[in-house]
Amino acid sequence: MVNPQMVMYEEEFNRIQMVVDRLVQDANARVVFIVDKNGQLIAASGDVENLDTTSLASLTAGNIAATGGMAKLLKENEFATQFHEGEKANIHIQLVGNRVILVVIFDAKSSLGLVRLRVKRASEELNRIFEALLKKVQEPGESPFAEITDEDIDNLFND
Amino acid sequence: MSFINYMAREINCKIVYYGPGLCGKTTNLQYIYERTNPDAKGKMISLATETERTLFFDFLPLSLGEIRGFKTRFHLYTVPGQVFYDASRKLILKGVDGVVFVADSQIERMEANLESVENLRTNLQEQGYSLDRLPYVIQYNKRDLPNVASVEELRELVNSTHVPEFEACARTGVGVFETLKAIAKLVLTELKRGS
Ligand SMILES: Nc1nc2c(ncn2[C@@H]2O[C@H](COP(=O)(O)OP(=O)(O)O)[C@@H](O)[C@H]2O)c(=O)[nH]1
Ligand SMILES: [Mg+2]
Repeated sequence: MVNPQMVMYEEEFNRIQMVVDRLVQDANARVVFIVDKNGQLIAASGDVENLDTTSLASLTAGNIAATGGMAKLLKENEFATQFHEGEKANIHIQLVGNRVILVVIFDAKSSLGLVRLRVKRASEELNRIFEALLKKVQEPGESPFAEITDEDIDNLFND
Repeated sequence: MSFINYMAREINCKIVYYGPGLCGKTTNLQYIYERTNPDAKGKMISLATETERTLFFDFLPLSLGEIRGFKTRFHLYTVPGQVFYDASRKLILKGVDGVVFVADSQIERMEANLESVENLRTNLQEQGYSLDRLPYVIQYNKRDLPNVASVEELRELVNSTHVPEFEACARTGVGVFETLKAIAKLVLTELKRGS
């Protein structure tokens, strides 16, 4: 397969979650979440109860993919940062290590300047964690799915 | 590229419905959405024009149950079929784990089917994938219409590699879940083989 398998382990997840939790505090944000470039939600923090994070994750990835396509046409590198300003909510989107997307949703309790500053530090930390994760994934190891049988798969579809 | 999350004990896979404009991709997802329990699905998102033509993609997250303690989650996407949306189609293929090609059975759409299946192959190649190595099934849709080509003709045109194929009428749901199950099974089998 072309792409390395995306895998998340408990150890790295906890480290990522810590970064995300802290960013909510430090940036006075409403919500912070991390999505991979294919639209899968990796971690979220803040006021997420009333938020459809699955949909947001997929749309964020679509958005990054679209601007990435625009960048390519302009012979630019990827546009690493995007900012959308609404009446109440603002969204700051940051590409981290060209691999995952860090999204911060904030309102008037915070400011773009503060968010930018905090995102910068969080991105550096996240980049290190994801780099380590990628190395770990490439080490040969047992996939939990090597053991599944055709029957297991069939059973999924027995209504 | 499937995503195995040991923390949430989930695996996430991406399936893309491909095919010419108006062949019934969005209708497939709509039917799946309508017939799935609320607890097994998320919201369906359609980025469409005012005339309901798919502009960027449709998106439907589905849970299919557990395997060995891991929840299996599938993200279904459709592409915009019209020729001039090629840049968007390429983006949606990124990270794909399995493809459903929806062919429009109507005789006057044969050329569009052929063009679309060739476009699929080219766009995958550009991303470093090969259609021959990817979980892949074909659906012959709109079998209910009077002016359709025979399955043999369709097969010769778009299924020269003999991947699993299904006749369907997406509007009433015939063949829709058969197609979905087939691609989901192939994707999980691929995962088992180890990627
Ligand atoms: N007769 C018939 N019409 C269909 C069938 N599937 C889809 N359609 C209709 O074809 C049109 C285009 O379908 P849509 O799903 O939007 O196509 P897409 O461009 O591939 O997403 C709609 O009017 C559908 O109701 C089918 O199996 N039979
Ligand atoms: Mg459509």
